[in-house]
Amino acid sequence: MEFKEKLLASHLAFEEGIDLSDPVHQTRLDSLKVFEKKGFPTRKDEAWKYTSLNAMMREDYALFPKAETTIQLKKVKKYFLYEIDTYKVVFIDGVYSPFLSDTTHDGLDVCLISAALSKAKYRDLIHTYFNKTTNKEDSLTALNTSYTQEGAYVYIPKSVVAEKPIEIIHFSTGKEKALWLQPRNLIVVDQNAQVQILERHQSLKEHNVVTNSVTEIYAHQDAFVDYYKIQNDLSTASLIDNTYISQEKNSNVSVHTFSLGGKLIRNNLNFYLKGEHCHSTLKGVTLLEDQQHVDHYTLVDHISPNCESHQDYKGVFSEGSKGVFNGKIHVDQLAQKTNAFQQNNNILLDDKATVNTKPQLEIFADDVKCSHGCTVGQMDDDALFYLMSRGIPKKEARALMTYAFANNVLESVELPVLKKRINKLIAKKLGVNLGFDL
Amino acid sequence: MLTIENLHAQVEGKQILKGIDLDVKAGEVHAIMGPNGSGKSTLSSVIAGHQDYKVNQGTMLLEGEDLADLAPEERAHKGIFLSFQYPVEIPGVSVTNFIKTAINATRKAKGLEDMPANVMLKKIREKSALLEIDSRFLSRSLNEGFSGGEKKRNEIFQLAMLEPKLSILDETDSGLDIDALKIVANGVNKLRSKDNAMIVITHYQRLLEYIVPDFVHVLFDGKIVKSGTKDLAVELEEKGYDWIKEMV
Repeated sequence: MEFKEKLLASHLAFEEGIDLSDPVHQTRLDSLKVFEKKGFPTRKDEAWKYTSLNAMMREDYALFPKAETTIQLKKVKKYFLYEIDTYKVVFIDGVYSPFLSDTTHDGLDVCLISAALSKAKYRDLIHTYFNKTTNKEDSLTALNTSYTQEGAYVYIPKSVVAEKPIEIIHFSTGKEKALWLQPRNLIVVDQNAQVQILERHQSLKEHNVVTNSVTEIYAHQDAFVDYYKIQNDLSTASLIDNTYISQEKNSNVSVHTFSLGGKLIRNNLNFYLKGEHCHSTLKGVTLLEDQQHVDHYTLVDHISPNCESHQDYKGVFSEGSKGVFNGKIHVDQLAQKTNAFQQNNNILLDDKATVNTKPQLEIFADDVKCSHGCTVGQMDDDALFYLMSRGIPKKEARALMTYAFANNVLESVELPVLKKRINKLIAKKLGVNLGFDL
Repeated sequence: MLTIENLHAQVEGKQILKGIDLDVKAGEVHAIMGPNGSGKSTLSSVIAGHQDYKVNQGTMLLEGEDLADLAPEERAHKGIFLSFQYPVEIPGVSVTNFIKTAINATRKAKGLEDMPANVMLKKIREKSALLEIDSRFLSRSLNEGFSGGEKKRNEIFQLAMLEPKLSILDETDSGLDIDALKIVANGVNKLRSKDNAMIVITHYQRLLEYIVPDFVHVLFDGKIVKSGTKDLAVELEEKGYDWIKEMV
């Protein structure tokens, strides 16, 4: 049976495990129809021209995680940014782990979407927000929606500043040889509220795991959201990340994506700037080798006037790795005085690596400032020579150059602990110890 | 210290150096002058080991050791330092961290432990004072947004920190106003000793008023066509390079 057929046929079994009277079930069924009609994207779809899911589709994935698996804290501690003093929502093979998590309802909600779906007091919120910002025609989003069951739910009430960052972490254990996970996150940041969130997907041993994740983020007027995605998974793990962000007046949202490891990663990152004076930041560092493949597909939709968006993605590729960047900026006819900037710079370290990069600007307003720039090049030999002439060996010189290249993205990381951690991950990946923290 | 014999070098198939002979002894300062395109910067890049330049004839010995098969960092470990005409910007890496990395890389190559932090700090203080560099400068990203003068001063600061045997100053005076030039030259003079040597590459005689050379060589069309003492530099300043061209 083809995997698509399996997904369609298994939905009845999925329904046996959920409450059919919950407020989103009709949405699940409608979404399943969309997926049935559209199926998985193929390279014939313009948006998937450079990323093929064919190889992924050949596996027979388990869809339903078995009962909760426990993991000892000491085995996974290193994947947490902070051991204490953060809110944590942790899942193991798709199942919530109360033992590893640290949730709250004290002044703000950091909990599970399954809880939000089942309790009457959340009903209005679910009606208002669930699946309201997604692209209804996107088949992978629809697939995730049709199987909505578990994920993180975050609500920051009006004028509340979340004092601690929230870590959303998904572990996969390898109990299943091949596992298909579909977490669903909903994050609502009310007026003038602030939050910092980290998201990470991590396999604990080599096995074929695919995560098709959907995250909806609502930033209300004057809200501030600082979101980090750390993608440093094993080379057997794939991720399709669908993130939808809705911004109201004066809100400020930034998403940093660090793609350092994994088999195939597709980041569909969508910003909708619905109120005036929004500020949006999309930044990423991609550092790949071997057969890794990372595809950043961004959309910044300037719907309202006087908003500003900044995109800056840096990629360094070696061996057979592949990078794709497609950045679409849409400026509505009403969105006058828009400032929209986009940068995508890539370095190919050898002739086996490839990059496809494409800016896509659709501008319907006449008083805007929009710019884009794509570069694909090699590491600057003269700069390497400069560093080497100071006694620094080639490998370390390349590492310093890589840092310098990615610095624009790294310097805007607002959490010092995270910045340090990412620097270490990059140094480890480049096989160097520079003897100081950058 | 440095013995160059019949050195020929090319870049991208174009022959630039066409037989250079140069003998630099410890304690000496040699100036190499010449018109644009004569091969001055090529010579410095070739001595420091730039991979784009191919030596197709001749030898370079540093204290009797052949440099031919040594990578740029290995030449640095042996004590060669090149002060660049156009230093490279490295955003996100501070001047301090960069120099620490460079010093410890050289120590590692010699089988030594990292320099202790307090010793490093003391040395940084001492050498930055020599070049009138303040501490805020040291925490800035290497060369990023530096003025021409700051870049050159930073090059000489690195020279002071790394304490090379042979320093090559490539057009260190270009882009410097007279005050910056004096500071740089003063720093360089304080670093002169009987154990190290310097090659000063310059288009103009101006720098040589402050860094007084023992010998002056004129490079033209890839060869040293005339050698003399510091008086030769004065003569060149007065007459220009045309008489050299006519002489050849």
